[in-house]
Amino acid sequence: MSSLALALGQLFDGLSVASILLLAALGLSLSFGLMRVINMAHGEFLMMGGFLVYVAHELVPEASIALGLPLAFAGSAILGAVLEVTLIRRLYGRPLDTLLATWGVSLLLQQAARNLFGPTGVEVTAPAWLSGSIAIESGPFAGLALAHVRLFIIGLAGVVLCGLVLLFGKARAGLHIRAVNQNRAMASALGVDTRRVDVLVFALGSGIAGLAGGALALIAPVTPTVGQSYIVDAFLVVILGGMGTLRGTALAALLIGILSALAETFTSISFAKVLILLFVVAFLQFRPRGLVATRTRALEEA
Amino acid sequence: MKRRSLSSLLLAALPFVLLGFAPLYLGPYHLLLAGRFLSLGILAMGIVLVWGHGGVLPLGQGVFFGLGGYAIAMHLKLVALGPGELPDFMQWNGVEDLPLWWKPFTSAGVSLAAVVVVPAVFALALAWLVFRRRMTSVYIALISQALALAFATLLISQQGTTGGFNGLTNFDTLFGVPLGEDRARIGLHLATVGLAALAYGFARALGATQAGRLVTAVRDGENRVRFLGYSPAPYKILVFVVGAVFAGLAGALHTLHLGLISPAMVGVVPSIEMVVWVAVGGRASLYGAIIGTVLVNVARDSISSAWPNAWLYLMGMVFILVVVATPRGLAGLVETVAVRLRRRSRSRLAPAGEPIGEALDDVEVASHG
Repeated sequence: MSSLALALGQLFDGLSVASILLLAALGLSLSFGLMRVINMAHGEFLMMGGFLVYVAHELVPEASIALGLPLAFAGSAILGAVLEVTLIRRLYGRPLDTLLATWGVSLLLQQAARNLFGPTGVEVTAPAWLSGSIAIESGPFAGLALAHVRLFIIGLAGVVLCGLVLLFGKARAGLHIRAVNQNRAMASALGVDTRRVDVLVFALGSGIAGLAGGALALIAPVTPTVGQSYIVDAFLVVILGGMGTLRGTALAALLIGILSALAETFTSISFAKVLILLFVVAFLQFRPRGLVATRTRALEEA
Repeated sequence: MKRRSLSSLLLAALPFVLLGFAPLYLGPYHLLLAGRFLSLGILAMGIVLVWGHGGVLPLGQGVFFGLGGYAIAMHLKLVALGPGELPDFMQWNGVEDLPLWWKPFTSAGVSLAAVVVVPAVFALALAWLVFRRRMTSVYIALISQALALAFATLLISQQGTTGGFNGLTNFDTLFGVPLGEDRARIGLHLATVGLAALAYGFARALGATQAGRLVTAVRDGENRVRFLGYSPAPYKILVFVVGAVFAGLAGALHTLHLGLISPAMVGVVPSIEMVVWVAVGGRASLYGAIIGTVLVNVARDSISSAWPNAWLYLMGMVFILVVVATPRGLAGLVETVAVRLRRRSRSRLAPAGEPIGEALDDVEVASHG
């Protein structure tokens, strides 16, 4: 296997890690940008998506994806909407308090998952058409193998990202979201139902996290603590990208995913974590508001 | 006014004096428990300073707790060895030479200094990097949380030199005194009470200085402070470092009481639990934080052994309820009740004259994060 193929293989792995990170971080970034809410239970939406795909797989084994992914999206989105209406709404303007309260929610959801599915978690076998890989046998990239599952995840992240770009750019709801994001009071004065926009965005972000969990279920076992292992990295992505920007979040996910894949090859998983953190802190020295900062003349920022 | 502050100081010192005499009226088991919880209380007071007074939510206090704890634990491992020997877990992992960074911990003085200095230096570096560039409190909370994750993962992965998942345990002697003996236990207890009292006094004194007032001013209106000509960063850094030193001390004392330090006490989950103790007790009250720490830990010890399933449900509920219903914790609840009682008795006894403003000032502690 040539070193070029090896490097490309790493890049490919990094890209698939980045895709999951992106799906996990999008909801966080959206809800922070719009509502200044830090949702620590976001990882548990991811976990729930994974378990929903498992449930779909148990019910109809051949349609685990066609049925599972929509189920994962819908289930997490509904739970997200319920959470927003019952709890998050009471805590607007207190970002650090939302962090603590939603951590409580995440403990409840984790324990519920433990009681329902057992502490060790469950596994979903990917359908046959996803279990192979594209192997390149000749030419400069000989030895490179691209697993179908990972290609599928990258494609899923791409589709979600395109969908969001369309939503924000073309749809009326997206226009409302952008308006509330820019100036909540003004949008409200002009007749935008800001409360509805809040619920919508929170549900959308939760649903996307559910999709991330569903995609993750195809490559790794789903455990009650799977959300926790992704949430910290997802937050780093949001910080690095700049809170509340789609472009920044996408770039940051790509950067962190590929960097950690590289760091894990050259050092170890644990050192990679340290290196990524150092990288983010160092980067923020130059651009304290992230890769893509929304320009504002307001003095007070959350 | 002077007499009032003196009497309140005496009142504040009383519990520490009573705790100092605890070996006379507590059995060995409860004495150990009291010492453990009190050392965690020191850490909680640090969180009060950083979060309650400074408005910066630290989600990585476990890191500083761990740095203090590992510093003393490494020393205890090393003093138990004969010349040329290696700690037990290093032998099991096939490590042949003592790593360089272990060597200074042979000396008791260096180790004791490291308990304070190492967390302080780490906190200083981190705080300088984040506060210098005016990052918001949300960023700092999330970055310190990532630090906790990285620290715990690193400890677990370097099994040969850190003891890995099991951490460091099996200590024999403390400064030449076998740990099981009465005088070690009582000495340790007195040291804990003394340091807790010192930390309490320091925190109170800090609040009364100009720097301490600026810390709260930055919490309530960072930009106003800036317009008045102060740079907010040094005060945030100061309070963050003090919080880290408190956590380091707590880590060292807790390690001595429990006889164990492991990654399970320093990661993301324990770090956030530390904040819960303070949230329950009252984020702006030093005593409230200690009481919250004791309450949550006693509850955990009794409930999690009887119904391990119920514990996380309960903890989650408490979390949500405290934040939504009583952001100022138990201390806030007590204060509100006290003010109401005082006002009622006042309106009955002395209908006119005294302004209520003063009483209200006492209550106006931060309810926002």
